Amino acid sequence: MLKCRTVWKKLAPLARASSTVCRQNVRRTGLTSSRIPACVPVAHMSTGPAGGGRENQLYILLVGAACVGGAIYTYRTVKGDSQRYQDRIEEISSRSYKRATAEPATPIQSEPSAVDATETEVILEPEPEAAPSLEPEAAPSLEPEAAPSLESEAAPSPEEPSPPAPDAEVAVPETTELPPADEPVVEASPEESAEPAAVPVVEEADEPVVEASPEESAEPAAVPVVEEEPSPPSEPSPFELTELPPAPVVESEPAAAESPAAEPTEPQPEVVAQSGGPAPDSLKVPSHTPYLLIGGGTASFAAARSIRARDPGAKVLIVTDESDPPYMRPPLSKELWFSDDPSVTETLRFKQWNGKERSIYFQPPSFYINAEELNGAENGGVAVLTGKKVVHMDVRGNKIKLDDDTEISYDKCLIATGGVPRNLQVIERAGEEVMKKTTLFRKIEDFKSLDKVSRNVKSITIIGGGFLGSELACALGRRSTEYDLEVVQMFPEKGNMGKVLPEYLSNWTTEKVKSEGVKVISEALVKSVVCKDDKLEIKLKDGRLVKTDHIVAAVGLEPNVDLAKSAGLEVDSDFGGFRVNAELQARSNIWVAGDAACFYDIRLGRRRVEHHDHAVVSGRLAGENMTGANKPYWHQSMFWSDLGPDVGYEAIGIVDSSLPTVGVFAKATAKDTPKAATEKSGTGIRSESETEDTATSPVASLTLAPTVEQHQDEYGKGVIFYLRDKVVVGIILWNVFNRMPIARKIIKDGEEHADLNEVAKLFNIHDD
Amino acid sequence: MSYCKQEGKDRIIFVTKEDHEAPSNAELIADDPNDPYEEQGLILPNGDINWNCPCLGGMASGPCGSQFKEAFSCFHYSKEEVKGSECIDNFRNMQECMQRYPELYPQEEDKESSQAEASSSSVSAAPTEGSALPPETDSTPATSTSDSTSLIDNQTAS
Repeated sequence: MLKCRTVWKKLAPLARASSTVCRQNVRRTGLTSSRIPACVPVAHMSTGPAGGGRENQLYILLVGAACVGGAIYTYRTVKGDSQRYQDRIEEISSRSYKRATAEPATPIQSEPSAVDATETEVILEPEPEAAPSLEPEAAPSLEPEAAPSLESEAAPSPEEPSPPAPDAEVAVPETTELPPADEPVVEASPEESAEPAAVPVVEEADEPVVEASPEESAEPAAVPVVEEEPSPPSEPSPFELTELPPAPVVESEPAAAESPAAEPTEPQPEVVAQSGGPAPDSLKVPSHTPYLLIGGGTASFAAARSIRARDPGAKVLIVTDESDPPYMRPPLSKELWFSDDPSVTETLRFKQWNGKERSIYFQPPSFYINAEELNGAENGGVAVLTGKKVVHMDVRGNKIKLDDDTEISYDKCLIATGGVPRNLQVIERAGEEVMKKTTLFRKIEDFKSLDKVSRNVKSITIIGGGFLGSELACALGRRSTEYDLEVVQMFPEKGNMGKVLPEYLSNWTTEKVKSEGVKVISEALVKSVVCKDDKLEIKLKDGRLVKTDHIVAAVGLEPNVDLAKSAGLEVDSDFGGFRVNAELQARSNIWVAGDAACFYDIRLGRRRVEHHDHAVVSGRLAGENMTGANKPYWHQSMFWSDLGPDVGYEAIGIVDSSLPTVGVFAKATAKDTPKAATEKSGTGIRSESETEDTATSPVASLTLAPTVEQHQDEYGKGVIFYLRDKVVVGIILWNVFNRMPIARKIIKDGEEHADLNEVAKLFNIHDD
Repeated sequence: MSYCKQEGKDRIIFVTKEDHEAPSNAELIADDPNDPYEEQGLILPNGDINWNCPCLGGMASGPCGSQFKEAFSCFHYSKEEVKGSECIDNFRNMQECMQRYPELYPQEEDKESSQAEASSSSVSAAPTEGSALPPETDSTPATSTSDSTSLIDNQTAS
């Protein structure tokens, strides 16, 4: 439409001009009938003496029509928008209301008036029977307030009984607990105070606490739930309702007051209703938690610990889709394989450097509190919800949804979802049979199954030459003699750890791995895998064929960013993972730590690190920042690896073999082995392996292979610097231990050093 | 005799003990003890206790965390002649709590609480020690987050 107008506008004058010229010329010619008219466009007014020709009128008509049409369209759209908006809001409200089946009283929101609340209190009595469903639903319209009131409810529950008057006070402490929700809480408090009046009606006990609780319930959603501590029996029945997980809140109190009240407050009540005190039927999930940690691994646990240390009485909920509570991963590919104990797959205990045994679980189960008790716990605690996957995240509403449709709202959230092992495309496409004989190693169950497999098959092939692949190869290689097991390791690089160690060192390491009993096939690209006669046949690009019984694929980790879509979080295209800033923040109340975090390292630039210590450091930092610290990632994390008894190293920073390196080595002595180092130092990073005793010392082993002797002598121990633009960005301490703080300092300084040998002197590599 | 060789982009230097005997002339930047970014030891620059210190293991964050914090704070700020003598109640509370979780706090508690007192007094005297600890302890994977070379945490549980 517009185009037509512009075109018409442009053409009209020309058309007019030329037509006028022609007419005039014709007239002239007619009159003079002598000369050929000179067709020079003359500038004429668009309106002639008579006030405009036909063209003008047509033009005005068309333009006018277009304008009117545009105006009508605009008006319609604007009107329609507001209407659509209203429809949407209604739809959302009705959704929540739908859930609140039983509560006719729910419409009475806490906000409106204390009177309402009292009314609902009364109504509540009969209601409990009626409705196992949750009032909490009733609070959808109050979502924003509900959240704060929810917290206030949850908070008060644990409070000690106090008279109605102090209820307001009770509310106050809650407020302090919930800094973000200050305003709403305050609003809620008066209402809560009002409640007490109504409460006595409902409750038997006169505990102030009880009053507080009913109030709370009344608040958000006229939930009658009343916790009656003193008389649990009567309560349970009437209040079978539905309170949400906050129910457990009561437990902390002397009486088993329920926290049904707390439940109503949940903004998204979907949680299974449950009766408060008497008999928690199924697993009740809190509908709100101040600190929500998604993922139950190392980073999550470190954050939980950090939060608890800094925020007294903090309530932390960890949600994990694994069936185990948080555990550490490194022993799964190292220490657990070296254990004497035949039941190690059950106990999951290993021996540390100091001879003491410990479990891979960070804490025994008694450390954690039950999820349903979380809101009621007086001093807070850490609860772990296992076997639940977070499928949807609503950042605007500050809530997440689990795979069983439960919704949990939070104040602060940490995403520590880690990653999923990558698989080779050729294996994925190879079919069911091949997949059954393939292990993607990461979790406890993978360890258990691989342990079983290794005892029952004749040949295992590990695809991948990095940390995990090499460690597993060495661990299995050690078993190869006991169990008549052939262990093959294949990878595309030239040597083990080819992407980490400079070539000379990678080659040296490969020889070490071979001496552990592993058949190493380097520069191997897998072309296809087929299952034939119950054996797997791996065909390589260069034509070699490897026949094996089982494959372990250790080809990398895919960071788990499933929540990025629903949460609208940024994903990094270079490194993968959630993109966060130097403080590990993705959004104002969402942090990411561990393998899944692509963060900005002030010193080394944006990166993503998949190591254990990084998970600990970043988890701890995220926990600190969630409790208000605002510290950037600064303390550089380290990593380590052991490949057999002779090769052990610790590293820090960016250790990429594509960078130029400078290695400073000393002649190794018998004293420079990981085993010796741990015995002496007492800060052992690696535990002993019984087979280390049988391993020959480097000196002795030198006699075995004269050609290799030279190498072993040369690279016994030393320091390797990785440089980027002449600045040291990474350091490997090769068979040199307890010097990590110096290495950390050098990287932190970020200086250009002219002579790295001088820097190497700082490490005293010749000393033990 | 040290020598050097170059393999592509990688340089390799072999040094003897004598070569490294002379002190290094590499310059390191002096550390600022009050750097807010740095990991702090057990005692913060302002004298408070750093409850998040890895050296404490899980003591401040476990189920008995609040009792522990009270007891330890009382002890730390105690100005009595016998340091902590007025904190007996706090320590008793802590002990009672710990006895409820024998799995987490194995019955070497007495040893530990006295160790805690001893170490806290020594640590408060030498805050730098504390700051040296965390980096080291961080790097002990076997003990993961708990880390502690000397203090409280010699239980398997934390």
